Amino acid sequence: MCLSVPAEVTELLPGDMAIVSFDGVSLEISSALIGDLAVGDYVLVHVGYALAKIDPAEAERTLELLQELGSVAQELRS
Amino acid sequence: MRVKSYQRKLDIKNGCIDLSHGSGGRATTQLVLGLFHEAFGNEWLARCNDQSAFGVRSGRMVMTTDSYVVSPLFFPGGNIGSLAVHGTVNDVAMAGARPLYLAASFILEEGFRLSDLKAVADSMGAAARAAGVHIITGDTKVVERGKADGLFISTTGVGVLANGLELSAENARIGDRVLVSGCLGDHGVAIMSRRHNLAFQVDIVSDSAALHDLVAVMVAAGGAGIRVMRDPTRGGLAATLNEIAHQSSLGFRLQEEAIPVKPAVTAACELLGLDPLHVANEGKLVAIVAADMADAVLAAMKAHPLGCDAADIGEAVADHHHLVQMSTSFGGRRIVDWLSGEQLPRIC
Amino acid sequence: MKYADEFRDKTMAQGLARAIGIEADPQRAYRFMEFCGGHTHVIFRYGLEDLLPANVRLIHGPGCPVCVLPASRIDMAIRLAARPQVILCVYGDLMRVPGSQGQSLLRARALGADIRMVYSTLDAIRIAEQALDQEVVFFAIGFETTTPATAVMIRLAKKKRLKNLSVFCNHVLTPPAMQSILESPDIRALGRAEIDGFIGPAHVSAIIGTEPYGRLAEEFGEPIVIAGFEPLDVMQAILMLVRQVNDGRSEVENQYSRAVRPEGNRRAIEEVSNVFELRDQFEWRGLGLIQDSALKLKRPYAKFDAEARFVMHELPVVDNPACECGAILRGVKSPVDCKLFGTVCTPETPIGSCMVSSEGACAAHWTYGRGRDYQLRRA
Ligand code: SF4
Repeated sequence: MCLSVPAEVTELLPGDMAIVSFDGVSLEISSALIGDLAVGDYVLVHVGYALAKIDPAEAERTLELLQELGSVAQELRS
Repeated sequence: MRVKSYQRKLDIKNGCIDLSHGSGGRATTQLVLGLFHEAFGNEWLARCNDQSAFGVRSGRMVMTTDSYVVSPLFFPGGNIGSLAVHGTVNDVAMAGARPLYLAASFILEEGFRLSDLKAVADSMGAAARAAGVHIITGDTKVVERGKADGLFISTTGVGVLANGLELSAENARIGDRVLVSGCLGDHGVAIMSRRHNLAFQVDIVSDSAALHDLVAVMVAAGGAGIRVMRDPTRGGLAATLNEIAHQSSLGFRLQEEAIPVKPAVTAACELLGLDPLHVANEGKLVAIVAADMADAVLAAMKAHPLGCDAADIGEAVADHHHLVQMSTSFGGRRIVDWLSGEQLPRIC
Repeated sequence: MKYADEFRDKTMAQGLARAIGIEADPQRAYRFMEFCGGHTHVIFRYGLEDLLPANVRLIHGPGCPVCVLPASRIDMAIRLAARPQVILCVYGDLMRVPGSQGQSLLRARALGADIRMVYSTLDAIRIAEQALDQEVVFFAIGFETTTPATAVMIRLAKKKRLKNLSVFCNHVLTPPAMQSILESPDIRALGRAEIDGFIGPAHVSAIIGTEPYGRLAEEFGEPIVIAGFEPLDVMQAILMLVRQVNDGRSEVENQYSRAVRPEGNRRAIEEVSNVFELRDQFEWRGLGLIQDSALKLKRPYAKFDAEARFVMHELPVVDNPACECGAILRGVKSPVDCKLFGTVCTPETPIGSCMVSSEGACAAHWTYGRGRDYQLRRA
């Protein structure tokens, strides 16, 4: 459940609102659920609300791990 | 044109449709002459008859009809008028035929603004002229406020088929290639971006376009090697291929990576929980082409401005369940099914 | 799309698939339940099952708020929408959900009810502000992910002194449902072994954090790996679960660390707890009554409660007895075990809850998975 897209905050608006964009689509969302939103942050957007900030360092770490897991398997195979 | 002088001129700038415009009286004539004839202007309409006569050429005739109810009436890349012309031209063209004449019928809601009607009629006229077809007869009715959503248009098209061509949805054969003429989903996404309760901004305009010229180029390159052509409008590519699979009693196997979709269309679909393969197109076609002619037809498509993003996306396979399946870009496999029910944006 | 495309990479998927193949012990079976419909969707959408060894099986859980909504609640909403002064605001997902006797909101709208699809709770506020002489009711559904949006709406409505906006609350909670699945008699009869681990919710966990799952892992000895909604996330979570099973561990692990913090989203939790409190029990379609599994409005917000304001009554609806949803949601049966699957029950004419939303186990299987069945049968 809980369809959501990762989007970049491009503008902060008054009244706990923000504009986010992803791949050429942009929309106005509520930032009421995130305290310290800044332009350039990536957030998960669900039903018009930012739900959570995406942590770039953690994302990087996960990707590195994924890469590693794949290549270890590759070596074991060959 | 024999325009008599009336007491009051049609006030296109500020006026709106009222019931007298549908009464058959002077107001009706004034509307037809002052607005529609102005926009469509041709020798047939100038005769002001309830029908038009035209010569029949050698070959088989093709006829189609379609109704247009679209919300919003004006959208990025067109409006209901250009859409009606393109859609009908394309339905004729998908038989491999050359479209010649159109008939157009308008159902207008009381209160509809004449300036909007003029904008619609003008873009219909422009679309028809660009496509080399003539709107040679028509009708106008007015209904009370609340009984129509502004404007409905119904169009009928007539075309002529060069001898020998026999395109039909039951003609696909196992091993045939599936070609699409360009990026999918533009029209549907452009429309959805303007629905008031969804409002998101996206740099996508409707792909609404007349495809008969592209078709002519394809027919010249592929001849009888082209088995089926369809324009994947409502229900998108998924619906079109499922229909062909059933009518031809076979299945399709597509390669997801080969299917052209613009990133912004993919993104908008993710936001709304929709599948781009279910989203409507108004200026794209799918062709099922014999394998040995596929490269030639694809090359011809790519050389045409309306086919520059054309792609070979898969093949027809034996399958007594008539499934459309797709190898995903992830290395798995899934079914591409008909859309069930209405296309509704989702939250989960 | 950044933070999405990287997690859809084919070569990395193949690497992970190999890793799972190497580490999964061919002598045993691994049955993992993905609780969330979002995971179910990803699994079918990307054909993940094709990449897994045959002894790693996925069980599609009840994590779709539309699927678990009882027909009786849909009926209540339809009766409410039929009142002349009411405007009912709903998420698009709800429009086709069948109530009793073939009723749905889509049909109710065709018959004249004023039902409006909204994308955000803020749309409902806007509608209420424009229709001050009418009663605007927001049909609230969803898990912990969607609840904060409703809470914010109610807080704003109170601040704006909007008197014509209320909520028909159907918000439900994830951990109690997971627990109920593990405690159900048919699972116990088969021994707990039917589910060897959970792929834990993604966005639910972004709100509630990882802590609430600790008890489940401990008490029931179930490994739980919270996973993101991209295909590589799910593959990695499966590998992590395989490792836990192999090591005999039952821990809560967080694969989705880029969005899920252990403590969750404090601000969202606070918004919710200001406005909502636990209901004693709530019916889940397919799973039955579950204690402490849903929310209702707190006293200070009682005037926003549509159920009280309009004296709405719930009339029992009996689901089709041939429907196997309950057993499917608990992972005891699979959609093809149901006699109605694909014959009477299809996405166009859903009988049970699992066929209702595209994320339901039966609908996902029908829409994306049939080809595999046919192939398996032929082989
Ligand atoms: S196929 Fe339909 S009736 Fe059978 S279990 Fe699934 S939802 Fe229920």
